[in-house]
Amino acid sequence: MEIKDLYREIVNEHNLYPVHKGEMEAPDLILEGVNPSCGDDIYLQLKLDENGVVTEGLFNGSGCAISQASTDMMLDLIIGRKKDEALKLAEGFMSMVRSTATPEQIEELDEAAALESIAHMPARVKCATLGWKTMQKMLSGEATPATTENE
Amino acid sequence: MNLSAIRDDFPILKNNNVVYFDNAATAQRPVQVLKAIGDFYTTTNANPLRGLYAWSVGATDAYENARSRVARFINAADDAEIIFVRNTTEAINLAAYSYGMEKVNAGDEIVISVMEHHSNILPWQMVARAKKAVLKYIEPETDGTITVDMIKEAVTDKCAILALGQVSNVLGVANPVKEAARIAHEHGGVILVDGAQGLPHLKTDVQDMDCDFYAFSGHKLPGPMGIGALYGKRALLEAMQPFMRGGEMIEYVKRDSATYAELPHKFEAGTVNAADAVGLAAAIDYIDAIGYEAMEAQENAVTALILDGMRKLPHVHVYGPKDPLLHHGIVTFNIDGCHPHDIASVLDEENIAIRAGHHCAQPLMEYMQEKCAMEFRATARASVAFYNTEEEAERFVAAVSKVRKWLGFGD
Ligand SMILES: Cc1ncc(COP(=O)(O)O)c(C=O)c1O
Repeated sequence: MEIKDLYREIVNEHNLYPVHKGEMEAPDLILEGVNPSCGDDIYLQLKLDENGVVTEGLFNGSGCAISQASTDMMLDLIIGRKKDEALKLAEGFMSMVRSTATPEQIEELDEAAALESIAHMPARVKCATLGWKTMQKMLSGEATPATTENE
Repeated sequence: MNLSAIRDDFPILKNNNVVYFDNAATAQRPVQVLKAIGDFYTTTNANPLRGLYAWSVGATDAYENARSRVARFINAADDAEIIFVRNTTEAINLAAYSYGMEKVNAGDEIVISVMEHHSNILPWQMVARAKKAVLKYIEPETDGTITVDMIKEAVTDKCAILALGQVSNVLGVANPVKEAARIAHEHGGVILVDGAQGLPHLKTDVQDMDCDFYAFSGHKLPGPMGIGALYGKRALLEAMQPFMRGGEMIEYVKRDSATYAELPHKFEAGTVNAADAVGLAAAIDYIDAIGYEAMEAQENAVTALILDGMRKLPHVHVYGPKDPLLHHGIVTFNIDGCHPHDIASVLDEENIAIRAGHHCAQPLMEYMQEKCAMEFRATARASVAFYNTEEEAERFVAAVSKVRKWLGFGD
C-alpha cells in the first residue's frame, strides 16, 4: 500500500480520533515507551484483573500518526484478553512488520494488520512498534522504559 | 552560473525526478568527484606513506596534494595544520580528547550554545565531567540569533574552550564566530568552530576568523563520505598528544615507549583514506570553479521562494530568521497537528526528500518546544544546495500545502 493510502484508510482516523487515549486513574501498570529517533514518547496504562485479563487500557503522550494509531489499534485488540494472549498478538505484530508473520498471525491482528505495509518502510517500523514493545515490556514484567532505538 | 550544466554533473539528480532537499544531512556528488576517486584507484592505488615504489609514491603525493588543497581552501597558514579525519564528529572528538582532556582543569568553563549539533555537545560533556569543569550554554534568541553581547556575557576568564557552530543545522543562522574568537582569546581561552554547515555556504578563512580549531565534513560539501578535516593552529597541535595510536603516526617504537611523527601525521594513525581525500580536493575544485557568490545567489533565490510560499500557507510555522539571506539554505518548519515524521513520509511519496526529527540537536528541540510553543519535540527541515532549482521550490511548497489534507484534516 502507498503511504498516503495507508494514512487515509486507517491511520488518520485512529490518530485524529483515538478511542483509547487519555489519563487513567490508578492504573495497575504504567510504562513510558520512547522512540528517541523522533522524540515520540507514549505512556501506556493498563488495569488487569485477578485472572490476568486486561480490563482497561489507555495511552497518552505525543508522537507521530503511525505510533499513535498503532497503539490505539493495539489497545482495541488487547482489552478483554489475557496477558499471554496479548503477548502472543505482540509477537505476531513484530513478525508482521518484519515480513515473517504467518497468515494466521496476520488474521488475528484484525485492523492492526493494515500496518503490514510498514514492513516496506524501514524508517517507520519503530513508530509502528512503539506501543507494542511498551506493552510487551509491561506484561513480561520489565520495569525499564521500552525503547525502539536499537531495532 | 549555468544551472542546467551543473545539474548535468550530478548523475543522481539527472537520473531521478526527486527533489533533494536534505543537503544539510549530506550533499550529492558531481561526476568530477566520483571520477577523481575512481582515477585514484585505477591509476595509483597503493598504501600511501609506506611504500618505496611508484604507485605508493603516487598515492602519497595525491594524498598530500589533497591536504594542500584543503589548506589553501580555508587559508590555513601551513599544510601541516590540516589533519584528515572521517568527519566533523571525529574532528571535534580529536580536539576534545587531545586538547580538552589535557588542558581543561577543574573549575574551568567550556562554553557552547543550545543550538549545537550533538557532535559539538557530547565531546564537551565528556571533558567537563572528567575534568570537573563547567559546561555552560549560550541561549540564542528564538530565531537562533546569538549576539556578540551574549558571547561576551558567557565567556569569562574561566573559559578554557568556546565551541560554536559556524552555521546552525536547524535554524540556518550564522554565528559571529570571528568576534567569538576575539572574545575567547581576550579571556585566555581557545575557540573551536564547527564548520559542518558553514563551509558548504560561506567562504571561510581560518586565519581571518582566527579560530584555534575548525572542523568540517567533506560529504556536505559535495565531497565523499568518510573524509573531513580538523584544522588546528600549529602551536596548539604541536603541544597535543596523539588521538589514536598505531601505524603511520610514529617516529620510533621500542618495547616500552614510542616517539611520534611530526605534524600532521602524528594525528593520522593507521592507513589513511587517500582516495576520499582526493575526492574532497576534487569537490573543492568544483565549488571553487563555481564560486561561493554564485552558489549563494542560487541557494538564496530558492530559499526565498520556499520561505515566501510557506509563509502564505495556513497552519505552517517556519522557524529561524525572517530574512531568507540569513537561512543558508535551511528551512525548518512544522505544520499544525502533523508530526514531522508523517510530513516527511507523505512528501517522500511525492518524491521530495527532507529530514524530520530532532536533527541531532535535542537540547535545541527542547528549547524550541518551550519557547516557540512547538507541538512536538521535533521539526521538519528542507535544506537547499546550489544545484537546487526554483521549480523544485515550487513543487515543494505545493506539496507542503497538501500535507494536512493527506493527514486527514479538513482544511
Ligand atoms: C552543525 C553540524 N555539526 C556536526 C555535524 C556532524 O557531521 P558528521 O556527521 O559528518 O560528523 C553535522 C552534520 O550532521 C552538523 O550539521
